[in-house]
Amino acid sequence: MAEFNSKDTAAFKGVWVFCEQREGVIMSISYQLLSEGRKLANDLGVELCGVVLGSQVKEDYLKALGGYGADKVYYCDSPLLKDYTTDGYTKVLCDLIEDKKPEIFLIGATNLGRDLGPRCAARLHTGLTADCTHLDVDVAKYKEFLKTTSTIDVDNTAFEENTNLKMTRPAFGGHLMATIICPRFRPQMSTVRPGVMQTQPYDEAGAAKTVVEKVAVKLDKSDIGVEILEIKKAAKKMVDLIGADVVVSVGRGISKDPEKGLAMAQDLANALGGVLGCSRAVVDAGWLEADHQVGQTGKTVHPRIYVALGISGAIQHKAGMQDSECIIAVNKNADAPIFECASYGIVGDIFKVTPMLTEAIKAVKASK
Amino acid sequence: MDFHLTREQEMLRKMYRDFAENEVKPLAQQVDEEEMFPEATVKKMAKLGMMGIYFPKEYGGAGGDVLSYIMAVEELSKVCGTTGVVLSAHTSLCCNPIFEYGTEEQKKAYLPKLCSGEWLGAFGLTEPGAGTDAQGQQTVAVKDENGNWVLNGSKIFITNAGYANVFIIIAVTGVVEKRGRKMKEISAFIVERTDKGFSVGKHEKKMGIKGSSTCELVFEDCVIPGDRLLGKQGKGFNIAMATLDGGRIGVAAQALGIAEGAIAETIAYTKERVQFGRRISQFQNTQFELANMYAHTEAAKWLVYSAAMKKNAHEPFSADAAMAKLVAAENASDVTRRCVQLFGGYGYTREYPVERMMRDAKITEIYEGTAEVQRMVISGAIGVK
Amino acid sequence: MKCIVCVKQVPDTSGVVAVKEDGTMDRSKMPTITNHDDLAAVEAALELKDATGCEVVVVSMGPPPAEGMLRELLAMGADRAVLISGREFGGSDTYATSQIIAGAIHKIGVEPDDIVLCGRQAIDGDTAQVGPQIAEKLHLPQVSYAAEIKVEGNSVTVKRLLEDGYMMLKVNTPCLITCVKELNQPRYMSVPGIFECYQKPLEIFDYEALKDEPLIDPDTIGLKGSPTNVYKSFSPPVKGAGMMLEGADKATVDQLVGILDGKHLI
Repeated sequence: MAEFNSKDTAAFKGVWVFCEQREGVIMSISYQLLSEGRKLANDLGVELCGVVLGSQVKEDYLKALGGYGADKVYYCDSPLLKDYTTDGYTKVLCDLIEDKKPEIFLIGATNLGRDLGPRCAARLHTGLTADCTHLDVDVAKYKEFLKTTSTIDVDNTAFEENTNLKMTRPAFGGHLMATIICPRFRPQMSTVRPGVMQTQPYDEAGAAKTVVEKVAVKLDKSDIGVEILEIKKAAKKMVDLIGADVVVSVGRGISKDPEKGLAMAQDLANALGGVLGCSRAVVDAGWLEADHQVGQTGKTVHPRIYVALGISGAIQHKAGMQDSECIIAVNKNADAPIFECASYGIVGDIFKVTPMLTEAIKAVKASK
Repeated sequence: MDFHLTREQEMLRKMYRDFAENEVKPLAQQVDEEEMFPEATVKKMAKLGMMGIYFPKEYGGAGGDVLSYIMAVEELSKVCGTTGVVLSAHTSLCCNPIFEYGTEEQKKAYLPKLCSGEWLGAFGLTEPGAGTDAQGQQTVAVKDENGNWVLNGSKIFITNAGYANVFIIIAVTGVVEKRGRKMKEISAFIVERTDKGFSVGKHEKKMGIKGSSTCELVFEDCVIPGDRLLGKQGKGFNIAMATLDGGRIGVAAQALGIAEGAIAETIAYTKERVQFGRRISQFQNTQFELANMYAHTEAAKWLVYSAAMKKNAHEPFSADAAMAKLVAAENASDVTRRCVQLFGGYGYTREYPVERMMRDAKITEIYEGTAEVQRMVISGAIGVK
Repeated sequence: MKCIVCVKQVPDTSGVVAVKEDGTMDRSKMPTITNHDDLAAVEAALELKDATGCEVVVVSMGPPPAEGMLRELLAMGADRAVLISGREFGGSDTYATSQIIAGAIHKIGVEPDDIVLCGRQAIDGDTAQVGPQIAEKLHLPQVSYAAEIKVEGNSVTVKRLLEDGYMMLKVNTPCLITCVKELNQPRYMSVPGIFECYQKPLEIFDYEALKDEPLIDPDTIGLKGSPTNVYKSFSPPVKGAGMMLEGADKATVDQLVGILDGKHLI
């Protein structure tokens, strides 16, 4: 094995995606990342590889990664890798990266991915950009992206031509977008939040073609400093905000009567066939659990319909919902910033408007 | 003159404010409506070292200064006048006289427990027939053959009475001749709640500061050891008056806080409430009213702070305390009344806190010397006789 | 035993956010607070101090005004503070930052029974990277997202949050734990604590103090040395305001539902 030197950028080739599994099942963020990684690999003319660490993960699951674009799957199998440990995963991944030298390495920004990514980057002596919302290698494509998402006069601005990974993420709570590069070190690492990248349709032919390479794992129990005593799933079913078609969210506006406010929002969500979301204020006040929270520190959603009830629209909240297809906002304050991104706005008391809206929707649905 | 707070005082202000907002404000309405003594809050204050702010560490205090204590009363009173007076009566009227006039043994016996908040303090001067007029005192203390003092009589309107463990009690111990006139000899005593023959009587129902425990104290052959005399025999009147001088700064701070709290509530409300298509804060009447209130309250604040700093520097502060209390108390009543008016109909409902603040403010013109008594003190100090 | 707690002073983005003409956040016009997750880490350390009498050292990297925050933490009960401050450190990304902080912690000294505590992430960057990267540099085992911490001797049991549940993990000291704000309710400063906080030791580690630390490579710190750089920064375009529907009555609601129906959204 050649000496690993993260500064020797020319020695690195290929795009890798860390495909996280829990209980032997690949997490959907992996498919989102592979879909995105496929585009980057095409632009660079290199291979896209998925990396799976686990124990006795089904061959079908590994092959299926090819259906989302992976040319190759590295599978590291060990009983010690069945459940995530920082030490075990970091060692195995870094060993593999030091050996194979990919130029780009993408990780899902799950609670575990956000533990693993920084540890690996520090060990490999390279940079890591957290929670990216957009990735490019090609400057022309990046410019196209800027044309629709920024106020930059793209045609009259100089851009340095290179194939560095351009990692765009919101900064300062979404007030500013920053595109980050890691020009002097490899691999270029980035974590991407679940729900941000679109999963491409599954491709049977790709799955058939993909090669699964089993990697010899050098890992000893003594390498792992943390012992897992227990893994427990919450008894309550978690709200699937990210995959929801309709999200009805409530904000501080329900404070007059939180119980009633939540009940009427739930009624509206039921009528629309959606789920209940909320702003950070609602979680902070203890009216809803954190898994309902939409925004910078909560979840990023892009449903077909997003209804914001009594949400003022702080930039942190908007960061998590502004790409929704149709945004309906109801707020008693006509100056509430939420109206700036709303497709339809009503200035009024949510306690009066919401039940009327629920009834009207029920009536339309009943007439169909 | 230095109008700047020290860096420690700035930090204290921030801490008091956080505490008041998060721990005191949420309970203020309940404290008022249910006449609930904020016992749990006092425990929390004790844990944070707020029950003995300006007493030396050797007696269990926080080793701070008088202004740092006054700011605590102010910040608490911004959100709850009741909680403000609990601290003020405890500190100014009980801890302070023990610290100023107590023997070393008395200080060691009482201050650590009072400063840690394990014990709460109160002060008993007022009687049905005597308030600031100390010569009207009826409660008597007589020394028995064993050298113990035996107290008989009653006190009324005693703040913290229902929850206090230690009481500073003013009583008549004899008759002396002063310039040919027979006068009552007045002395001060330390009475403990568990003393035999002592009991807490009727609880008063009040217009404001409803959660504060205001009760009667009853002494029926209440026997206390001889060493409970506070200060010299016959010096009780001076001790009581000097104690009230300090107490007045506390009440002034309470009044200041109530006014500041009402102004803050009103500013927030007038920026939200829309009438005739505009926020009511956009009407000049609202702007000028609030500007006046704010300016007068700031003026009161400097009187209060200056009195606190003079007391801290051991300078004479009796007239300063009287001026601070007079101005801050009358300002608090005036400001809260105007705030209720700016709230309109909502201000008269108990949904908003300004009506409570208006009721709470009134007491600051009355207890620990009425506004009229303050005028007597001030006119005396400037030689108008 | 001691707890070393890493804290960051951040702009308070919960209130009004001051924005400069170029769209960037005007930090100078915004009040600063101690990062929430970091306060949870401080409280965890102070609870451990209450139980065991261990020493609590708070460490922050930032401009000189961050001393004010450190004094507040001393007033809460921390024993001493270290402020890492130097122009050479400015503009550091997470890799560079963690390297510098790890160097400072190494200089303070990590004993076998010590615990390093960090907040999970800072509200201004939201990266959650610095904690794990410090752990890597110091070769310490890490547990992130801690929602419960129990220490018995040199064994630490941590409840680590997952998206849909939790893991119970056991780790031995010395270790690094990153805390979420749900871990506890941070205490207030105390009155005696405030009067004492300016007497407690607060050391400044500048570039001179740290440049010879073996964990710090002077070529990979600061704006120039950081592995990641800003390629472009830009403001998102203001999304064109949509349609405001007049009135808040049944007619308005029916109009809205009509539009949605027309667009086949419902």
